[in-house]
This record gives sequence, C-alpha cells and structure tokens, in this order.
Amino acid sequence: MSVPVLETHHIVRDYHVGRTLFAGGQVIHAVKDATLKVEKGKTLAIVGESGSGKSTLARILTLIDPPTSGELLIEGERVDIIKTGVSKQMRRKVQMVFQNPYGSLNPRQKIGDVLAEPLVINTDMPASERQDRAQQMLKKVGLAPEHFNRYPHMFSGGQRQRIAIARALMLNPSLLVLDEPVSALDLSVQAQILNLLADLQDEFQLTYVFISHDLSVVRYIADDVMVMYLGEVVEQGSREAVFADPQHSYTKTLFAATPRADVASIKARLARRAAEIA
Amino acid sequence: MTQTTEIAPISASRTSRFAGLVEFWHYFSQSRGAVIGLVVFVLLVLIAAFAPLLTTHSPIEQYKDAFLLPPAWSPGGRPEFLLGTDPVGRDMLSRLMHGARFSLLIGAVVVTLSLVGGITLGLLAGYFRGWVDVVIMRVMDLILAFPSLLLALVLVTILGPGLVNAMLAIALVLQPHFARLVRAAVMAEKNREYVTSAKLAGAGHFRLMLLTILPNCLAPLIVQGTLSFSNAILEAAALGFLGLGAQPPTPEWGTMLANAREFILRAPWVVTFPGLCILVTVLAINLIGDGLRDALDPKLKRS
Amino acid sequence: MPLLDIRNLTVSFDTSIGLFKAVEGIDLSVDAREVLAIVGESGSGKSVEMLAVMGLLPPSATVTADKLEFDGKDLLHMPPHEKRHIIGRDIAMIFQEPVASLNPCFTIGFQIEEVLRFHLGMDRKQRRARAIELLHQVGISDAEQRLHAFPHQMSGGQCQRVMIAMAIACKPKLLIADEPTTALDVTIQKQILDLLVGLQAQHGMALIMITHNIGVVAETADRVIVQYRGHKMEESDVLTLFEAPTSPYTRALLSALPDNATGDRLPTIGDFSAEPAI
Repeated sequence: MSVPVLETHHIVRDYHVGRTLFAGGQVIHAVKDATLKVEKGKTLAIVGESGSGKSTLARILTLIDPPTSGELLIEGERVDIIKTGVSKQMRRKVQMVFQNPYGSLNPRQKIGDVLAEPLVINTDMPASERQDRAQQMLKKVGLAPEHFNRYPHMFSGGQRQRIAIARALMLNPSLLVLDEPVSALDLSVQAQILNLLADLQDEFQLTYVFISHDLSVVRYIADDVMVMYLGEVVEQGSREAVFADPQHSYTKTLFAATPRADVASIKARLARRAAEIA
Repeated sequence: MTQTTEIAPISASRTSRFAGLVEFWHYFSQSRGAVIGLVVFVLLVLIAAFAPLLTTHSPIEQYKDAFLLPPAWSPGGRPEFLLGTDPVGRDMLSRLMHGARFSLLIGAVVVTLSLVGGITLGLLAGYFRGWVDVVIMRVMDLILAFPSLLLALVLVTILGPGLVNAMLAIALVLQPHFARLVRAAVMAEKNREYVTSAKLAGAGHFRLMLLTILPNCLAPLIVQGTLSFSNAILEAAALGFLGLGAQPPTPEWGTMLANAREFILRAPWVVTFPGLCILVTVLAINLIGDGLRDALDPKLKRS
Repeated sequence: MPLLDIRNLTVSFDTSIGLFKAVEGIDLSVDAREVLAIVGESGSGKSVEMLAVMGLLPPSATVTADKLEFDGKDLLHMPPHEKRHIIGRDIAMIFQEPVASLNPCFTIGFQIEEVLRFHLGMDRKQRRARAIELLHQVGISDAEQRLHAFPHQMSGGQCQRVMIAMAIACKPKLLIADEPTTALDVTIQKQILDLLVGLQAQHGMALIMITHNIGVVAETADRVIVQYRGHKMEESDVLTLFEAPTSPYTRALLSALPDNATGDRLPTIGDFSAEPAI
C-alpha cells in the first residue's frame, strides 16, 4: 500500500460549556488523542457508546468541524480547516452517510435533485449528463429509475439509506464516513444495506470509516477496530485481534453486555433460570 | 446487486404532487369551519374582482335625492339601493363591494411586504447567529415592545395619512412576527442532518439558506401569513377609522365606519354593514388559517 | 387459565388513503410468571396490539376481537372507569423512550408517589417510604436524594429504571415492555434486561417483551411470537425458535444476523422469497 487514505495524529477536540462573561466555564474533552490510519479499500470501525466522542470524531474526519489540535491527513495531504479552509477538491474526497435516514434527506427535494445537487455545486456538467449520472447511481444502489421524481417521505427507511449512500457517492469520494448507517434499520434491511456497502467497496475501492455501537455488525464489516470510551481510544487493532483478545476492561464489558443469540447461550440461560426457580 | 423487497409507504401509481394535494385536502376538509371560511373567502375574491360588473352604481356617485336611505326591505327604502345609502347619498352595496377590493389589496400587500422582510431578517439571524442575530432580534424586540396600533399611528403620522403609507406602517409592525418565526424554524432545521449533508456536498451559505433550509420552514409561515392577512385588514380599518388610512371618498370599510359614526343611532345600517363585512372577512380568513395549521402540522412531524 | 387471553384480534386505522389493518387475526396468550417476547420489524403490529390491550390507541383505530380477557375479565367491553383501575395497577407498561416517558416538570419522587396515591390510596408517609423502597428495588442506590431529581438530571438508563419502578409500584400481574432498551447503550441494555427478568422472577409477574432485537429475545424470553405485517408467523418456545424455526420468515430473520454470516455476504429476506407466506 502506498499512502493511506486517512491518517490522523493526536486529534483532540475540546468543547467549552457554560462560559459566561464572568466565569470561565468548563472544558469538556470530547475526543482525547485519537491517532488512526486507514488504507485504501479497508474499513475501520469505531465502536463506542453515547458520549464516547465517536460522532465528534466523525465530524472532524468529514471536515465539518476542526480539531482543537492534532493533524488530519487525507490521501497524504494535510487539511487545516481553520487556517486554509476546505478546498472543493478536498471536500469531494470525503463524504458521509448519517444514522437517521429520515433526517438526512431534505424532505422538499425530489430524489433526482438530492442526487444531482453535489454535481450542480461542484461541477459544470450539463443537466442531461447530471441526470444520467444520477440514474446510474440510483441503479447501482438497487433502486429503480421511476424513483427519480419522488420525494423522500415516499420511501422506507432502507430505501432512504440507499439514497443517502448514492448521494454520498455522486462525487466519487475516496473516503466514506458512515455514522451508524444501519442502527435505525430493521434487521432484514440492515443485512441488505451491509451487503450493498460491501459491494460498493469492492466496485469503487472505497475506504470506510464505520461508526457503530453494534459489535455484531462491526465484527462482520470491519478490517480494523477502534474502541472509544469517554473520548479516549481504549483499544485499537485488527478485527481478529480485538475480538479474540480484548485488552481493555471496557472492551471486555462491552463484549459481555452484547446479547448472544446462539443456541448454546440460550440453553445456558434457561438452565440458570430453572435452577433459580427450583 | 441485492434485490429490494421494501415497499414504499405510498402506492407508486400516484404522482407525488397530486397525492400531496389530496392528502392536504383530506386534512384541511376535516375542519368544517376552514371549508366554510374558504368558500366565503373565494366569494369575497370573486366579488372584489368583478365589483364593477356586479354593482349598478358608482361607489363615489352621490344621489342628491337619497341621503341616508334605509335598506330596501325597511319602510322608506328604495329597491335600487339594496342596502340603503350613506350620509352623502352613495349606494352602500356598491361601496361595500368596491371596499372588498381595498381590504384584500391591503391584506395581500401587507403580508407580502412583511413576509419578504421577515424571511430575510429571520434567515440571516437564525443562520448566522452571533452578533447578526443579536442586532436583528433586538431591533425586532424594540418594534414588538410598542403596542402595534400605536406604532402604526406614529409611523403614519410621520409619513402622512393615506392608504399606501398605512400599508407600509402595518407591514413594518407585523414583520417582527415573521422574523421570529423564521428564525426559530431556521435554528431548528439548521442542525438537521440533511443540512449537514448539503454542506458536505459543498453547498455555500446562500444555497443552504435559500434552497435547503427555507423550503422546510414554509408551513408555519403560511399559517402566520394567513392570520396576518386578517390582522392587516383590521389594522387598516382601524387606521381608516381614525382618519389616517384611506382618505374619503375611497370606499374602504374602516373609513366608511368612521364617516358614519355620528349616524349610529339615526341610521344604524351605515355602521352595521361595513362592520359586518370586516367581521365576516376576518373570521373567514382566521378559519382558513386554523384549518391550514391543522392540515400542515402533522405533515411537518412526519417528514 | 392464561393471564392474558386474546383471540382473533384485529386493529384497523382509518387513514387518508383508506382503511389500514395494522394487526389481523392475532391469537395470543400469556400465563402468569411467563416471559413472552413478541418479535417483529417495524410495521409488524407488535406495539399496536399491546396498545390495544391497554386501550391506548387513538380514536381513529378500531379494535375487534373474539376474546380479549385479562385475569378472567373482559377488557373489550369493560366501561372505561373500571378499566382505569386495571390499567396501571394490574397491567403496567414501559416504553422505548424513557426520558420522554417521564413528565419533565415534576420530580421523579412526585411521579412515583402519584401512581401510589391514585391506585393504592396510600397516605403521604407510606408513599414516601414505598417510593424509596421501589427505587432501591430497581437498583438506584441514593434513592432518598434521587426522589428530588428531575428527569433531565438523570441518564437514559436511570430514567428507564424509574419507569420500571413506577410500573411495578402496584405489584402488577402483567408488565408490558415496549422496546425497553432500544434507546439505550449496550452496556446499559444488559443491566436493564437483567433487572426486568430479575423483577419478573422475584414478583412472579408475567412479562411481555416487545422488541425487534433478536439478541434481546435470546437473552430474556421463555416463549416467542414472531410477527410480520400484522400477522403471526410463528409461535414457539425460545429454544425451538433458534434451533429449528419453522416459518421461512423466522429463518430469514435469523440468518440476517451478522453473527450468523457465512462467507462475505449476508442472506437477506429477499433471498428466501419475495414475500413470506402469510
């Protein structure tokens, strides 16, 4: 592998809360010292519960918010939002898919316009070509061309998530940050979306940063795993290493808390319960 | 590629805009008052539009032989003056019909002016926050701190009496309500994920404000706009009544009321009919506004 | 005799696009001291049928059933004032959003005591003592101080504990939990599930667990009903369901679990049949 698609060094993000004219207020460390690296075509999963700072980190990786300190490199190029801003070129390289498919599509925009908007803003492509590109993308994510002129509220959650993914891919990004992309979806739809993401990764050599709290999904999709707890990176490593032999006590707690749906553990539970009652 | 087995909540055969309208009408027609209001309002618009064709007299022509004639059905009334005549012998019915034109015109102009001003200021304040927000909203608060009619009075006194100035004054007085509403809606929408995703697509400030956020703030604005429509008519009538709005012989309802004040005991119809017209118009529009609010609100929550 | 006995329950809604049947011909029964899980994805009608039992559906809903009995009493034709004394006392319910289920204007102590006052007519001192006892039971340690807390001062997990305390305040015979852990983190979910099952065994009440999460079913249920689009797909004890599911829909659902993935693709419902047989 040559240059990693995404690389960060010691990213820190602080928030100041309750600061008034007279009192300094408090500083909250949302992300403390996150260093990571993702190679092309790979998936890094960031695992954490609410308050772990994973969404804050996602906003930094997608160039929405600047880090308080630390370095962010996209395809080897250093990005500093505060000093130099984000160039259009850079913006096209990183796209994002959100958790809530009901909130991430503009309810007043037709699907065709949702998909074409990134092209309208970033390119001077003629309308007919934009429409062709959007149609193709719609087909790629498993939707039909007749969906083109409909509004988001006419689609189910899974279909909306497909649209959101299609939109994110319109500018041919190299990095896709997926913030809990399947946690709002039903189990059967979740499987479809995960399959779709895997297919697209193969086809476009996409690099994913996959943020999730669901370990079973992470185990399925990730190459590398990073566990965050209260803003801190407590565990980092390849999927096999982390799942086989978690080091940090929080990771262990997290694994233990994940419900198990295999026959053996059900049997064990039923036996325990029978013993309790007897 | 995976096959989609999900089914869209709404059947595919309906085209989107049509289905939206049908759904809107379903909720709107739930409220009988709103439908009645709409019927009355449409009638008013028709009357206003065809006033010259419907009336047999000119609204400003004075019949020297017919001062303060009672309505046609009362003793002493004459059939050609169906609702009687006013103190200077003008036909009441024709004046009232032409008056509908002014009232609707006032409503439309005032609402348009205050909508444009309110949306601009509210968008800027809600989108940029910070000092822009502080400056704009404190000025709005300042305007709101005055009783609205009093402020309108002061403005008209400065600008000089007349229908145009009255409309400007009322628009200025009503405009902070729109600004506040837009600002609140923009602040709520601004943090939604679709705005972030438009930002990620590279959209600039203007695109975000006008094309992404604004269309999603329209529903409460439509309701507020309707209610302000009737407010504007009332305030214009009040200014007219105080002699600062439309000037005689303009057949504006408020001004007609004012001119007939002294005959309230001797010839009650000259006061009653313009008053009734204002009442019915305002009531109809308020009913429509309430119906709109009910019809548009659940939609807001759903998407 | 089952505690709750439902035969041929149908719930339909009057909507702008015509009559919509959310639940159609469902039979369901729960015995005392039993944990029944109702599993289904969104639109399966699983919440609607429990709301129908509680009488909490909006007026646009029509409920019909051959039989809807609780503890030998006919709930369907019961006058509302009698029903009010059963609902909340003998049947209690907790919901998905714990923070939204509590009234933000009152302290949690007041809200718990309100339940005790209405259903049990306790005096002030008894109520206070019982409220503290209840909070201890649901695992809130500093109960005396917590009584004066407002919902927004507590975490989601703690709010759900308070909701459970309110639900078990009158020692109900049946507790209905509608997605009680969906809004919570995995580690908190584990605690809440353990608490619910523990309380169920301790108080000898029946528990109906409505969920879309197969893992939650595996961790809690004795018996399971699988629903799809308002119809019952399968009913069996929990071990049979996981070992030898009979309906194609259940099989599809289980294989869509990322844990059960074989190879690099997840089987989806669509791979089994376009529509499960109804």
